[in-house]
Amino acid sequence: MIDPLSVFLLLISASTPILFAALGELVVERAGVLNLGVEGMMITGALAGFAAAYASGNPFLGFLVAALAGATISLLFAALTQVFLANQVASGLALTLFGLGLAAMFGKPFEGVKAPAMPIGPLRINWIVWLGLVMVPVVWWFLNRTRRGLILRGVGENHEAAHALGYDVRLTRLAAIAFGGAMAGVGGAFISIATVLQWTEGMTAGAGWIALAIVVFSNWTAPGVLAGAWLFGGVTVLQLRLQAAGVAVPVQLLSMAPYLATIIVLVAISARQKYSRRAGAAAPGSLGTNFHALR
Amino acid sequence: MITLIPRQSASTGWQIATPVMAVLATMVTGGLLFALLGHDPVAAIRTIFWDPLFGPAASYSRPQLLIKAAPLILIASGLAIGFRAGIWNIGAEGQYIIGGLTGAAVALALYPLEAWWLFPLMVAAGLAGGWAWGMIPAMLRNWFGASEILVSLMLVYVAQRIAAWMAFGPMRNPDGMGFPGSRNLQQYPSAANPELIAGTGAHWGVVAAAAAVLATWFLMSRHIRGFHIRAAGTAPRAARFAGVRPQTLVAFCLGLSGALAGAAGLFEVAGPAGQVTDKLGVGYGFTAIIVAFLGRLHPVGILLAGLLLALTYIGGELAQLTMSLPAATVQVFQGMLLFFLLGFDVLTRYQIRRRRTA
Repeated sequence: MIDPLSVFLLLISASTPILFAALGELVVERAGVLNLGVEGMMITGALAGFAAAYASGNPFLGFLVAALAGATISLLFAALTQVFLANQVASGLALTLFGLGLAAMFGKPFEGVKAPAMPIGPLRINWIVWLGLVMVPVVWWFLNRTRRGLILRGVGENHEAAHALGYDVRLTRLAAIAFGGAMAGVGGAFISIATVLQWTEGMTAGAGWIALAIVVFSNWTAPGVLAGAWLFGGVTVLQLRLQAAGVAVPVQLLSMAPYLATIIVLVAISARQKYSRRAGAAAPGSLGTNFHALR
Repeated sequence: MITLIPRQSASTGWQIATPVMAVLATMVTGGLLFALLGHDPVAAIRTIFWDPLFGPAASYSRPQLLIKAAPLILIASGLAIGFRAGIWNIGAEGQYIIGGLTGAAVALALYPLEAWWLFPLMVAAGLAGGWAWGMIPAMLRNWFGASEILVSLMLVYVAQRIAAWMAFGPMRNPDGMGFPGSRNLQQYPSAANPELIAGTGAHWGVVAAAAAVLATWFLMSRHIRGFHIRAAGTAPRAARFAGVRPQTLVAFCLGLSGALAGAAGLFEVAGPAGQVTDKLGVGYGFTAIIVAFLGRLHPVGILLAGLLLALTYIGGELAQLTMSLPAATVQVFQGMLLFFLLGFDVLTRYQIRRRRTA
């Protein structure tokens, strides 16, 4: 007998890492920056958070450290793209490759040890899952109802115009990138501290890339990110249930499901954005382009 | 106050100087990192960059240089062409795996047949497999506007799982007493990709990598398609007015880089790796991205960058053995290298001027 409530709880738990990372990347992209380093920031957060939680015995301290670690490593990307005006795609890839290597290098001593237990929050839901759910309206409110959110969107839509109006394009983007890094760090730490309860090399397994796809799926809105993360969580839970039920399909093929689902969803939403008679894609106008003020 | 003035065109001198500066900066920073981890920095750098070529065990490690450089150069040659046009195939790792699988499938299906045409047929199958896997993101971008970056990357994870399924299922060696992994192709004379000249490490993949360097040089500097690619990368609008169809370029670039990555996978499975296992992909497809950038997306640069990164692989393994440095050291080095290169690159595109503040 499958209890719908427990399935739902599994679903929102499975979607939490992606939800954090995608909400962070949403803010980054709304500021006009494409950071492909989400995977690298997540794995950094997963390791730093796990190490801090293990050393201190306090999982919440782990999440705090993960946020700091994610934000810190994102500043490498920020320096490259905002100060040295390097290509954003290449810099993001560099961040992912570097983060994966760095975490594998420093993670060796933490292999095989267990994370401290997370206290269960209200309604049998982990506190961090709650935090993720709360962040959805917070990000929405910030982007759509605050002055700073308006400036951030202006910077992302047209950085020349924002600069002409006297807003600091570089500083706005720097702050957005650091926020994205912190959120990705927390998302990664959720995998190591609250889901797997261990550190293993490469444990984020593409979650950062799925988060990037979910931002496209969301059409660059916070509620859309939540929908995308839940869709992904649903596919993951379904896949695990089928594995547990012993369906006559090889495990390796079942575990492809999240990645295939991401491709299908990405294609469906891109097609809608491309062919829809209505406004089409809501991608920020300056997304992925660097800004260099001559004056 | 320091300001950046954009250059009219990229500075050739800095284009050559910045990769060298990036390598030096990586060595210095890497040394600091080793010191932090409690190792002798000078010894560690020497173990990674010097000993594989001239150290006491160099006679063993020198042939490894070509073995590791061949797939990197082969893959990077294809990737660089797409990167020039702003088409980002970052799923070469997946195309490499699929090429290895399709190539090996031909041999495993025809086992134990011995024929001179078997190996060429496997190469063709490897090329075709990689090409097909690369065409998936190309078609999804052309038909639906889906990002080729995300689709090609997702397909890496799918390919890894197909490889695991094959190694444990359909391609498992029937005489392997239940162990995962296919028959060893190195023990199958018609299918093996042997060392061509003893002691050099050179196998057919090395020949293919050299051919790829020449062919991509010809394509990019002597052929109209290469001109179109460069035009699309630097001035997409102008290129479109000149009759360059973006969709054709997407299919061409992803197909070509996929095919080359697939061939690299086949040469590896039939040669150094020998068999299909779940660990078929070892990261060459990702490292090749760094090779392409470090080589300035230029065939000759890619040749040199491929050899250098192959050196870091071998040196990293050596440092793991002799100094018990973690295996991931190489990955950190490669990531740092790309960081420094991208950072220093500002010098090729901008002039640094000091501005007096009034």
